[in-house]
Amino acid sequence: MSSLSTPTEPSRWSRVWNSNIGYSFRRNPVAIVSLMIFLLIAIMSIFAPLIAPFDPYDLGQIDIMNSEYPPLWVDGADAQFIFGTDDQGRDLWSTILYGTRLSLLIGICAVALQAFLGISIGLIAGYVGGRTDSLLMRLADIQLSFSTLMVAIIFLAVTQAMFGSETFNQYAIYFLIAVIGVAEWPQYARTVRATVLAEKKKEYVDSARVLGFGPGRIMVRHILPNSLSPIFVISTVQVANAIISEASLSFLGLGMPPSQPSLGSLISSGFDYIFSGSWWITAIPGIVLVVLVLVINLLGDWLRDALNPKLYKG
Amino acid sequence: MFAYLVKRVFQAIAVMFVISLIGFAIQDNLGDPLRELVGQSVSEEVRQELRDELGLNDSFLTQYLRFAGNALQGDLGTSYFFKEPALDVILKKLPATMELVLGATIIIIGLSIPVGVYTAIYPNTILSRLIMGVSIIGISIPVFLTAILMIYVFSVEYGWFPSYGRGEIVHVFGPWETNFATVDGWMHILLPSVALASIMLPLFVRLIRAEMMEVLQSEYVKYAKAKGIRPWRIYFVHALKNTLLPVITVGGVQIGTMVAYTILTETVFQWPGMGFMFLEAVNRVDTPLIVAYLIVVGFIFVITNTVVDLIYGLVNPTVNLARMGA
Amino acid sequence: MSLLSVRDLSVKFAMRDNTVTALNQISFDLAKGERLGIVGESGAGKSITGFALMNLLSRPGFIDSGKITFLGEDIVQMPEAKMRNIRGNKMAMIFQDPMVTLNPVLTIGQQMVETLMAHRKLSKAEAKQIAIVKLREVYIPSPEDRLDQYPHELSGGMRQRIVIAIALLLDPQLIIADEPTTALDVTIQADIMELLLELCQSNKVGLILITHDLGVVSQMTERTLVMYAGRIIEAGRTREIINDPQHPYTQGLINALPQQTKPGQRLKQIPGSMPSLTAIPKGCPFSPRCEFVQDHCLIDAPETVQYANVEVACHEVNRLHNDKAEEIKA
Repeated sequence: MSSLSTPTEPSRWSRVWNSNIGYSFRRNPVAIVSLMIFLLIAIMSIFAPLIAPFDPYDLGQIDIMNSEYPPLWVDGADAQFIFGTDDQGRDLWSTILYGTRLSLLIGICAVALQAFLGISIGLIAGYVGGRTDSLLMRLADIQLSFSTLMVAIIFLAVTQAMFGSETFNQYAIYFLIAVIGVAEWPQYARTVRATVLAEKKKEYVDSARVLGFGPGRIMVRHILPNSLSPIFVISTVQVANAIISEASLSFLGLGMPPSQPSLGSLISSGFDYIFSGSWWITAIPGIVLVVLVLVINLLGDWLRDALNPKLYKG
Repeated sequence: MFAYLVKRVFQAIAVMFVISLIGFAIQDNLGDPLRELVGQSVSEEVRQELRDELGLNDSFLTQYLRFAGNALQGDLGTSYFFKEPALDVILKKLPATMELVLGATIIIIGLSIPVGVYTAIYPNTILSRLIMGVSIIGISIPVFLTAILMIYVFSVEYGWFPSYGRGEIVHVFGPWETNFATVDGWMHILLPSVALASIMLPLFVRLIRAEMMEVLQSEYVKYAKAKGIRPWRIYFVHALKNTLLPVITVGGVQIGTMVAYTILTETVFQWPGMGFMFLEAVNRVDTPLIVAYLIVVGFIFVITNTVVDLIYGLVNPTVNLARMGA
Repeated sequence: MSLLSVRDLSVKFAMRDNTVTALNQISFDLAKGERLGIVGESGAGKSITGFALMNLLSRPGFIDSGKITFLGEDIVQMPEAKMRNIRGNKMAMIFQDPMVTLNPVLTIGQQMVETLMAHRKLSKAEAKQIAIVKLREVYIPSPEDRLDQYPHELSGGMRQRIVIAIALLLDPQLIIADEPTTALDVTIQADIMELLLELCQSNKVGLILITHDLGVVSQMTERTLVMYAGRIIEAGRTREIINDPQHPYTQGLINALPQQTKPGQRLKQIPGSMPSLTAIPKGCPFSPRCEFVQDHCLIDAPETVQYANVEVACHEVNRLHNDKAEEIKA
């Protein structure tokens, strides 16, 4: 075979674009729209400090006289506040931007933590096997049988009662990430462990061992890449769930405080006002929350179908 | 089978033990019982005396054993706020929550199985696509938001259903007062039950559909077709049982999640159940009640999971052989 | 009247962007009580042929054209309800791995009784009796007890015997056995094969045996079809094909058998591998690997010709035969 002319290596991007996944994505309008909406929301919330007309954390900018203005398209609105104001006089649009930012941040960090814990435990359980494996899987089963939300509620309730509201609110974001992150590791652990068990039997693992690679390296460099597809699929669902969990916790007053609101706390503070007519304080953050979670779920569904070799859409 | 049972019971006991430890640790570190009993203006010596009397200066182990011993006898302390035994307070509120859970469960089981099976057998009809579309929106709306939405639409706008409270309840026996005996009771329980079911129903529909679709591709279904078995028998005898087995396992876990969701639903509907009580206890730092709730809920979780595991073991014929001695 | 007649059967798969041909105009006949083998590598189309005969192709596969006549009736056009009457009843199928073929949550009894009751008016008790009789015919001990057992409680060999018994429950005219022993231990394979042979002979049931194992085919069948890339490339009496294969591919298969090689010699392989269905070469599908390939082989697909008691699809059959005759003379 002559190698006189070597074709230029296709760029990474065109390889992805032309791969099975890229093809499946291009063909699926739901996936495309979902990704666009998600990116839009994500970018807007990342650049919240630049985009938001007001800073909802700056007490100097808030005037209680501005409270409960409706959104622009309703009578009695004030032109400054596109989506109206909340009960404290904060601009709802700005608060939503910052709030979405917090929700996304907590969701992604929590999932990163879950993934790190779960993957590590799964790799170790699968690779080492024996007693360690049984013990770890038994723990995973027990952890799975306890609803994350319940555990989170109790943990945060007790923490809040123990440290008092002030301290709690200061560190709320860390507590939230920690509890959601730690409670959900079993999902990842189980999936990764299953892959490890399947791959362990294959020859390339033996070859690697014979070449003298230590278990850590084999696990991370050789086995882990093979379990990436299910990890990606799980992660999208988990981010959606984490965002919902955080919103629920903040709604109960066990999450982000009203002074540093995430979408959940916003909805909570607006709840009392829907009876008196100021529906927008709850409704608009609510819509944003649902849209955000929905597009993540849609992307997750698409990803699962795209990565599943068994599905023929004939 | 026996070995399996024993193992599960041991596991349940072990978990309860850990929960009780956590509960005790919380009680020990949260709030000061003395303050609740005697207030601020008591001298230090009297305080110390009181501490000795109450056994608060004993070792951790002694105090824990006392705690556990009391708990096993049903004494979980006295609520600061209600000034009654904590367990009594919880038991009085338990029926409200249980009826809510019952209502939601009936909705979920009653709807998810037929809908899930339908969308699995006929995945491409307009109705199926509609159902799947609604389902994915359903799992994207958190429980509390659905609850708020329902109140807004059905109570505030249309005024068809009441928006809070249990309404007219009828005493059945002991602490049990039911909503299901009067029309007014039904009206009150309907919205909360639907709200509670709203996030889990689409979950189960999707789960049952996914499982069933996979089962319908299996070799044994193909074989049944090759034997000339009628389609309905294939769906409901060959496929359904295999489909529902993993759903039972998931269902068990979801019951626990539902208890968490009741806290959210009860808060929105001001439903006087355990969840609402717990939240109030947290706000008041009513430690004994918080700990009692933890123990009771932990107990419910452990029992439900153990029972579900046992049911699964009984229903799935392949389990007995695999578990013998395992 | 022949039991089964297949004419120009084509099966295609509707893929994402194109349609792939899995079976390309297959034709063959089967007489009553005759035993036919279909051999070939994985992916050659053997199993698909079996499923097509029962009109059981799963999406995205479908019958594109051709005729399948079974007991005088056309299978391809038959409405599904009528087809159900034939499946399991006049035509039965044995799958490869009984562990996944038998439903794990139903008892053996349930799975046998339902087959009987689907096709005959019987009470459960009557059906059970027939089931027990059939279980005895496949030499299963204590058949009454087996009815209440679940598939995972039995050994692989017993499970496959039960599957054979189920196939015979309604006294079919034709049994299609798709790799019936591949999933079993080698020690059991011979037993199962013997059993199948005995039952087919005594009940005068037609058999289509789909396998990749030439040894099995030589023991069990009277005639054989050799398939390659969705086509039948050689067909004839099994003994002829094994002893004097005409098509270069078949020759390659026979030569590759370990028995054909003297100790110390290298095993003779056919170079290359069978093309995937999406990349079948123009002309003769075997041409890239054929040692006798000529230019026109790459352009025209060969017709099937009658040659020396077999039917072969090869351009060069005449020339090869003459060359061989020359060799032997010299």
